[in-house]
Amino acid sequence: MTDQNEPQYPGGTPAGPDAGKDHADKRHPDKHHVPTPAEEETAAVVSLDTAGGAMEPSAVPATAQSGKIPGGPETLARRIFTGSGMVSVLAVLLALILGGLLIVSTDKQVGATAGYLFARPSDFLSAVWTAATRSYVALFQGSVFNPRGSSVAVQFAPLMETLTIATPLITAGLGVALAFRAGLFNIGAQGQIIMAGILAAWVGFALHLPVGLHLLLVLIAGIVGGAIWGGLVGLLKARTGAHEVILTIMFNYIALYFLRYLLNTPAFQRPGESNPISPILDPNAVYPQIFGTQYRLHLGFILAIAATVFVWWLLNRSTVGFEFRAVGANAKASLTAGINVPRATVLVMAIAGALAGMSGVAQVAGTEKVLTDGVAATYGFDAITVALLGRSTPWGTFAAGLLFGAFRAGAVQMQIQTGTPIDIVLVVQSLIVLFIAAPPLVRAVFGLNPRKKKAVTAGKSKKAATTGGAA
Amino acid sequence: MVRVLKLELKGITKSFGSLLANDHIDVVVEPGQIHCLLGENGAGKSTLMNVLYGLYEPTDGEILIDDEPVSFRGPGDAMAAGIGMVHQHFMLVPVFTVAENVALGAESTKAGGFLNLDNTRRKIQEISDRYGFDVDPDALVEDLPVGVQQRVEIIKALVREAKVLILDEPTAVLTPQETDELLDIMRQLKSSGTSIVFISHKLREVKAVSDIITVIRRGKVVGSADPGAPTTELASMMVGRAVSLTLDKAPAQPQETTFEVKDLTVIAPNGHHTVDGVSFSIARGEILAVAGVQGNGQTELTEAILGLQERVSGSVLLDGKELLGRSVKEVLQAGVGFVPEDRSVDGLIGTFSIAENLVLDLYDQPPFAKGISMSPAKILENAKSRIDEFDVRTPSGSLAAGTLSGGNQQKVVMARELSRPLRLFMASQPTRGVDVGSIEFLHKRIVAERDQGTPVMIVSTELDEVMELADRIAVLYKGKLVGIVPAGTGRDVLGLMMAGLSPGEAHADTVHHRPVLHSDQDPTSTSHAEGGDHD
Repeated sequence: MTDQNEPQYPGGTPAGPDAGKDHADKRHPDKHHVPTPAEEETAAVVSLDTAGGAMEPSAVPATAQSGKIPGGPETLARRIFTGSGMVSVLAVLLALILGGLLIVSTDKQVGATAGYLFARPSDFLSAVWTAATRSYVALFQGSVFNPRGSSVAVQFAPLMETLTIATPLITAGLGVALAFRAGLFNIGAQGQIIMAGILAAWVGFALHLPVGLHLLLVLIAGIVGGAIWGGLVGLLKARTGAHEVILTIMFNYIALYFLRYLLNTPAFQRPGESNPISPILDPNAVYPQIFGTQYRLHLGFILAIAATVFVWWLLNRSTVGFEFRAVGANAKASLTAGINVPRATVLVMAIAGALAGMSGVAQVAGTEKVLTDGVAATYGFDAITVALLGRSTPWGTFAAGLLFGAFRAGAVQMQIQTGTPIDIVLVVQSLIVLFIAAPPLVRAVFGLNPRKKKAVTAGKSKKAATTGGAA
Repeated sequence: MVRVLKLELKGITKSFGSLLANDHIDVVVEPGQIHCLLGENGAGKSTLMNVLYGLYEPTDGEILIDDEPVSFRGPGDAMAAGIGMVHQHFMLVPVFTVAENVALGAESTKAGGFLNLDNTRRKIQEISDRYGFDVDPDALVEDLPVGVQQRVEIIKALVREAKVLILDEPTAVLTPQETDELLDIMRQLKSSGTSIVFISHKLREVKAVSDIITVIRRGKVVGSADPGAPTTELASMMVGRAVSLTLDKAPAQPQETTFEVKDLTVIAPNGHHTVDGVSFSIARGEILAVAGVQGNGQTELTEAILGLQERVSGSVLLDGKELLGRSVKEVLQAGVGFVPEDRSVDGLIGTFSIAENLVLDLYDQPPFAKGISMSPAKILENAKSRIDEFDVRTPSGSLAAGTLSGGNQQKVVMARELSRPLRLFMASQPTRGVDVGSIEFLHKRIVAERDQGTPVMIVSTELDEVMELADRIAVLYKGKLVGIVPAGTGRDVLGLMMAGLSPGEAHADTVHHRPVLHSDQDPTSTSHAEGGDHD
């Protein structure tokens, strides 16, 4: 497969630098039309994003009068986690472009043509283009749709695989995102997945219960396991003031070594074997495959969608979520308003743990069907990136989870088809994080002058400020 | 020996995006003049001075020194050109001595790289003696009273041979007596040839010390005025319309006493008693104002009543029920309305919408929530009516509260707290950073709440506000209640009480001492005639 594939994606590969430009230009005029209230809300978020970073000490009357940046304690970390969605999109684009360059630089054909670059530059350029597009086309075919499949079912198999891999990323990502909205860095999704996996797996293979009930118990066990492991961190933080980052990192280790210990005890080993691998879960204890047995996609994905809806509702429509967001945005004002901050801390960590716990269940009852010490893979850590890319919003995290699922699913196909190493995907993922952490860099690359964006939002502040002056 | 210096700002424009913070401002500071920039918070005074001091680069316009255009890349350039600035918030290192602070940024060293402070010490002593500053070069800055720290800032500028001194809201942190001393120092500096740019929105001080007043409103110069101009005229220039500086307030009709604080003590984490055995009571239909210089236990007092302080003893009774030891939520539900002193830190969540902020402590009460399910429609509905009622100037209740001006933010907090039936209304600095027009409105609302029969406690460091609102005045000094005096007590007596003298001593002392600014007037007329010039 080489040139044959290109016409199918005319200009559609994201590797071209122009793709990014178009995108930026299209979005830009949007910023100038008369805003609807919903847009104004996003604009306000953008204003926070820009005001804190590249801007001078804010001298806008609205803020100058109080002498503080609106929103109280505004940390860099907070901006990185909750900045504008556009930066996320651009960061992905930029990372893909750089990833493409990396692919090109390691390509044999490109190296060969570079030898006679000046004699026939067209050879070199076409080699460059071919190398980059081949890899990304393979990535796409391995993650979304394979046109060479013999049947529709086979053609869509990559998409199913993507969704399968995305499932634990989404739920764990939601856990990280939710905690972050309450101002807590939950680095502990990994440990929470492991603890959930231990409990869920044990219920799954040790008990023998009727259809339905067994799976329900597995699910509950996993959720409870994650919730306890997360809630403990919240409790320690609320009671002793210990920092949740240190706590969650240490809890990850504790969970991992506890799992390894368990897998060396008879209770968790297969009868008659000494390998660190648990018995297979009861057939009644595993998630049904939702599109039949030819795909690995299981009920866990539906639950991940449900979890996303739940988190959206929790954050935006419930008093509990209101408290979480209030504590995360301004803990002092929350205290003054009578919100029980320690309780919110414990509760949000427990719910975050429960969400990560769903990932543990998806692993043991969905894809693996056994418990090994690799049950969490790197999902717990990737979840942080997913939440970061999703800007800590439920649906953003969902979308980011799908994207990372696609990367992982497609990477295998990419290596098989083009010899491009899987690691390139890790590089792209890392680049995404890097760019998200540096919004001014992304804007500079795409020529988005933050001052222009600021102008719009500052204009709004001025409106409010000047009208206020004429009371 | 004194080199005089004429400073001219020509067409200074500074924009932040589409926001014009300064719009073609022209100001000429003649040598040896005290030139006042008068304007409300957010009018652009500080921006202008930051441009002058090299902190901001002007978008347009130029700065002339002795008719020569100059451009400053940073404060260093400005200092070298003879411009010194005393910021509203001091730029001092608390654990350094006065001499070390003054030398900072221009340290000279002896052989071997050791700091040489002798020269600095000598200069400080010289300046201190010349102007009667009474500053010890070897004192630690953190041990000095605020007024003296301010003098250290002034010395810092003078040591660098500043010919133009910018004072940004210098009296905000001072007692009335310290303010008087500062005004004296300003006059002395003027007579020795230093020009002063005095930034303020306090009409009383401006009139007392300025040679010329430039009024700035919304980034533009709206005119200049003579210090002799009537207060009301200056106020209306500043606000842009006629303002009533008198509060129509009927005499209090105190009913039964329902709020009682007995022997309240708050112990800070460092073991210091921030509130020390304070007792007072407030009747329904009465306003008790707690006066005092910032940092004398006011914050801790209100926080203790609300349940935010950990180590408290004594008793706080509301309607006969003990409030101490209860959670903040329980205290709020007992009917306490609380306006915290720093709205952006404690009163509002800047990233939340105005509507959400308007229910910040009611979000889980009906009709805004049923169980744990909130009703955004009800919250928006509530926002609409509150925004109307309190005249919050905003296009929409769904905008982030952080985008509002200070006055409108304060209205949001007040609207929230006054929107439910109260058994006690407690407000700290209810009008800090609020424009004159909004002050008038907020004061009326507070008096209206009193007239509904709610006990009201106002904590304010602004003597004018205290005198205008209070039915009785309690003065705090170092956590102790110095005394409670009736409304109408003279500004000089209150000033001395704020410095720690008992009411009796203060009364006796005022007989001997030079009267505080304008206190030769009848005290009640003072508070009424100039009631609008606080923030």
